[in-house]
Amino acid sequence: MNFTRRETLAVSGATLVATLLPLKLMASTPDLISDITGGVKASSGGIDLTAPEIAENGNTVPISVDAPGAVAITVLAAGNPTPGVAKFNFGMGSGSQSCTTRIRLAGTQDVIAVAEMADGSFSAAHQTVKVTIGGCGG
Amino acid sequence: MLSRRDFLQVSMAASSLYGASGFGNWAKLAAQQKLDQSQLLEFETFGNISLIHVTDIHGQLKPIYFREPEVNLGVGNAFGKVPHITGSDFRKLYGIADGSPAHYALTYDDFISMANGYGRVGGLDRVATVINSIRADRPDALLLDGGDTWHGSYTCYHTEGQDMVNVMNALKPDAMTFHWEFTLGSDRISEIIENLPFAALGQNIFDAEWDEPAELFPPYKMFERGGSKIAVIGQAFPYMPIANPGWMFPEYSFGIRDSNMQNMVDEVRSLGAEVVVVLSHNGFDVDKKMAGRVSGIDVILSGHTHDALPEPVLIDKTIIIASGSNGKFVSRVDLDVQNGRMMGYKHKLIPIFSDVISPDATVAKLIDEQRAPYTNELSEVIGKSESLLYRRGNFNGTWDDLICEALIEERDADISMSPGVRWGPSIIPGQDITREDIWNVTSMTYGKAYRTEFTGEFIQIILEDVADNLFNSDPYYQQGGDMVRIGGMGYKIDINKPQGSRITEMTLLKTGEIIDPSKTYIVSGWASVNEDTEGPQIWDVVENYIRRQETISVEPNSNVEVVGI
Repeated sequence: MNFTRRETLAVSGATLVATLLPLKLMASTPDLISDITGGVKASSGGIDLTAPEIAENGNTVPISVDAPGAVAITVLAAGNPTPGVAKFNFGMGSGSQSCTTRIRLAGTQDVIAVAEMADGSFSAAHQTVKVTIGGCGG
Repeated sequence: MLSRRDFLQVSMAASSLYGASGFGNWAKLAAQQKLDQSQLLEFETFGNISLIHVTDIHGQLKPIYFREPEVNLGVGNAFGKVPHITGSDFRKLYGIADGSPAHYALTYDDFISMANGYGRVGGLDRVATVINSIRADRPDALLLDGGDTWHGSYTCYHTEGQDMVNVMNALKPDAMTFHWEFTLGSDRISEIIENLPFAALGQNIFDAEWDEPAELFPPYKMFERGGSKIAVIGQAFPYMPIANPGWMFPEYSFGIRDSNMQNMVDEVRSLGAEVVVVLSHNGFDVDKKMAGRVSGIDVILSGHTHDALPEPVLIDKTIIIASGSNGKFVSRVDLDVQNGRMMGYKHKLIPIFSDVISPDATVAKLIDEQRAPYTNELSEVIGKSESLLYRRGNFNGTWDDLICEALIEERDADISMSPGVRWGPSIIPGQDITREDIWNVTSMTYGKAYRTEFTGEFIQIILEDVADNLFNSDPYYQQGGDMVRIGGMGYKIDINKPQGSRITEMTLLKTGEIIDPSKTYIVSGWASVNEDTEGPQIWDVVENYIRRQETISVEPNSNVEVVGI
């Protein structure tokens, strides 16, 4: 629980988005993946998304994606006002096709990674990251 | 592997001493005569390795009363499975006779008469006797501490954990992992751990800035015992900076990190480990899920959720051991390791009946030395209780009802909130409430009792948020605390609904009105995770309230209606 007034307001703003936003308004994970792949079905193999189950701090959530053989990796946050987070392009000389960054999440939501492979196929992974007020553990 | 019947013979061997009826008339003497130390310690040594597990002691050096939960609800895959079974259902499952020592140790009902009969439980001098007895059978037994040790009492607070460090060091553990220890602050944690004579483990303790394993906490330690190589991997509480104040240990990041756990298991196997033990502070349901996702773990010694189970739970090829809290139990797990793999195991959950197990004189003296500078403060009687005071359970306990009432009265609030922590011993009717007793249920390094204004809408958001941390159907999304305790307000909760729709019918008790989302209410609470919280310490608030009341009486709480069970 966060209890000073100022921080309470900041946190409650963030939590409200997740708690009160009807599901319909939050972009759906399959739709977002489909937007990236241009409607091509993405497989679930060949891509590893690492993200915390519960964010220690919703303002800076560490995530990493590893997709051997990818030419591009797109990262999306389904519940953010602007879901697009980043697109990483890998050239011929890339030693490995992986990326690590920290992202800001407006509330509990799916984080999505889509990898475009050299043969034009796609792989996708997603995980729910919970953003919570916290407290009361014990 | 042992059958269930074998387990019941070895664990809780002294059941049915009192038959199925006749509660209430036992003298302590009867307990002493009918139950003796050798019965509690009886164990035919098995295999070539012994593990001794203690966890969640929460600063309790001396014997206490501890009532197990009446309400412990499981959702999703955990529904109706241990540890989410209580009372007579629990006894039926394990074949425990009503009125038996196991009944008193493991379930909540008839607690008052059984507590009068069987007396207090725990005490680290008694725990020492049990450990010594196991070491007499198996001198190289491994003693593993699951954490939440250096927290939870008057002396622990005033010595910044040193009392517990001194006494635990005398028991000579081989390894430990952590949770509340971090609330001593990172400087103090470093100071203790740099001088710790045993391994401080946590594969999931990372440097927050670089997201790399923290140097102070190795992921595992290899031991050689009984001719076999054993790896012990530490798993600290995953949600430390969320459930507790992250500003006290900003250098560290945690998380479950089960892919790293798999890497560590693979690494220790490649180094020749024949048996892999995880010393965990995940909580029981998280351990169950992890056992199904990480392959190659033989034994998980589970802590955090304070469950005590008389048998291991088997998930694939992993056994999970739950050893209770507050010094009430010690688990002994013997393993037979041959040809590079675990061939069998034998387990006993040993209840520490303090009137039956004799204290170890050396450790008893050491405990007295820790307490000596504070004797007057600890023993001062503040009031008396006519009611059973307890905390454990998913919703309000009577200790929390008392604390919530103290907050409303002393801080002049409409509504009060008390954190759903699982530690804190019980008080039986007729018992004096000393300052030590108050600290046992309130002591922490962020105990200030704030007074503030919340809208009805925000109060609901808090309740929904905490409820999801308890009742999310995926254990990886649970934080492991119980529900926040509320004073001055009633509500209805449907535990199976998703976050945002579990809580309804929030009612202000003093007027009977439904809580208005847009209206502002005065709320007082404690244990805020915010750095700049202001207010008196919660133990002073509770002490002042009890002193004014003189005699405490707490009626059963009917203000939370639970549906979806």
